[in-house]
Amino acid sequence: MSAKTKLPTGQEAIRTKGWIGAHKYLLLRRISQAAFLLIFLIGPWFGLWLVKGNLAGSLTLDVLPLTDPLVLLQGIAAQYWPEFTALLGALIVGVTYALIGGRVYCSWVCPINPVTDGAHWLHEKLGMPKGWQPKRETRYWMLGMVFAASALTGTIAWEFVNPITMLQRGLVFGIGFAWTFVIAVFLFDLFVSRRGWCGHICPVGAFYDLLGAKSLLRVTAVDRAKCDDCMDCFAVCPEMHVITPALRGKGTDTPLILSGDCTNCGRCIDVCAQDVFQFTHRFDTRPSPGRGEEDATPSSAPCNRAA
Amino acid sequence: MSAPKKPKAMDRRRFLMDTARAAAGCAVAGTLLSLYARDARALPAEALRPPGALPEEDFLAACIRCGLCVRDCPYDTLVLAELGVDGAATGTPFFTARNIPCEMCDDIPCVKACPTGALDHGLTDIDEAKMGIAVLVDEENCLNALGLRCDVCYRVCPVIDEAITLEREHNARSGHHAIFMPVVHAEFCTGCGKCEKSCVLPEAAIKVLPVRLARGQLGEHYRLGWEQMDENGAPLVDGLIDLPDRLPGPGTDNLAAPGGFEPAFKLPMGGTGQ
Ligand code: SF4
Ligand code: SF4
Ligand code: SF4
Ligand code: SF4
Repeated sequence: MSAKTKLPTGQEAIRTKGWIGAHKYLLLRRISQAAFLLIFLIGPWFGLWLVKGNLAGSLTLDVLPLTDPLVLLQGIAAQYWPEFTALLGALIVGVTYALIGGRVYCSWVCPINPVTDGAHWLHEKLGMPKGWQPKRETRYWMLGMVFAASALTGTIAWEFVNPITMLQRGLVFGIGFAWTFVIAVFLFDLFVSRRGWCGHICPVGAFYDLLGAKSLLRVTAVDRAKCDDCMDCFAVCPEMHVITPALRGKGTDTPLILSGDCTNCGRCIDVCAQDVFQFTHRFDTRPSPGRGEEDATPSSAPCNRAA
Repeated sequence: MSAPKKPKAMDRRRFLMDTARAAAGCAVAGTLLSLYARDARALPAEALRPPGALPEEDFLAACIRCGLCVRDCPYDTLVLAELGVDGAATGTPFFTARNIPCEMCDDIPCVKACPTGALDHGLTDIDEAKMGIAVLVDEENCLNALGLRCDVCYRVCPVIDEAITLEREHNARSGHHAIFMPVVHAEFCTGCGKCEKSCVLPEAAIKVLPVRLARGQLGEHYRLGWEQMDENGAPLVDGLIDLPDRLPGPGTDNLAAPGGFEPAFKLPMGGTGQ
């Protein structure tokens, strides 16, 4: 952990799996993020209206309504009961993320993610210090604050400042000065707080975190016995505390990463030269001995959300 | 995680401190956000909401800023407000009458598109819309008011002869011409903005204002006798005394015209007062 004798992060994986293999999920994620942007843009750009609207609410192929459940809940906190279409849209989105992992939104859809990832990349390049690291729970306080502010002002309060919808709506409908919010997030992550926005502050992330607390799709450190302590997964994970209980667990501890904080970005899978990690479902009970134990005790079915 | 265990009291102390810090930070953030949200609620007078929009306080709780109404408006009337460019709350739909007015579509696609009901689905007849109310704000520059026959605002009105009429008045300047004064009738005006858009002056003399600016309000307790009389067919109170009307004439303040009545009592100094 201290002596920097090892290769730079990810080099080992590139050697064993090739560049593509060591960036598979990263590439897929970038493609997904771009696709989610483009699908909203081909309408205004080319007049091809597969999807209308934006991330707060949309209509796909003129039949499928989707609504951001957090935005709608703020409206309800502000004492407005929406029409059926919006409720149905929020239900579809809510159930989907509850199944595939709430923070899949963060790593595969949210347009701010490339921004904060970029800030983190530069942060590392410049060898900047960690900076201010508020508790991870801060985002839940933020989420509570957002609902309180909505109730208090009778408005959908977070939408006045939400950099996510500002950016996405801005790109699709015209951005005005909303890019200043995006720059602010970038600078915050670069100079003030490493992984600060998505890891500690963003109430949207916190909401989807809670939403996906019991999700089916999970990453597992099933081959944890093979871990050679290169620490690359910790280096790339935006929520590195989620890895420890799974990777360092002993035979009876589940190898599943069960924390809702995990964004299912799959970067740990990419970067591990030993192929310790995989995507799986939360009821996967394959035996997974810890390091140094070769007796394969089946792990008990997991139910608790690891902190 | 692997750090040596600290004494329990220290842990609790730290926990309380951290919690207090997070709570305080979020309280500050929340206050700022609330203040900002409060400020941002003010809607500039030129920004008109789409047909069927709920009253502004409810609208900001209802509209999720998805822009589906914007997409389904065939005339590109509606736009979503951009931060720092348009005055309306960021991302909410509005239109500016002088740019592109609402064409008052019969099927009201914008309302149909709205998933939340921020545009009230109860609005099925576009003539019932109340996006604002046109007001002839400048009676000194309006060409009709000057005695010319422009009539454009009247001609373009989709609710012509109901929402806007031309009232014939005497032209006191020339002494022998008429003035055809455009007069808006709030009950029928939808606030579509066609008149404002079409006003031929470089700056429109007729403008659509939000209802809150365009209209006064009669006190709750006011009863318009003539309306009640019409409704009732007779005075509401039996044996109501019809007091003499104050007509100009001798015995009143106005001595010029005939037909006045004698004052009920004389002033003690013998004069008639002034
Ligand atoms: S934490 Fe917030 S900003 Fe970051 S990726 Fe998730 S939703 Fe987007
Ligand atoms: S009624 Fe028609 S023109 Fe007017 S805002 Fe709606 S869609 Fe646009
Ligand atoms: S469709 Fe409704 S919710 Fe969406 S922007 Fe228009 S008014 Fe707001
Ligand atoms: S805004 Fe003007 S054009 Fe539209 S209904 Fe009112 S008077 Fe007629």
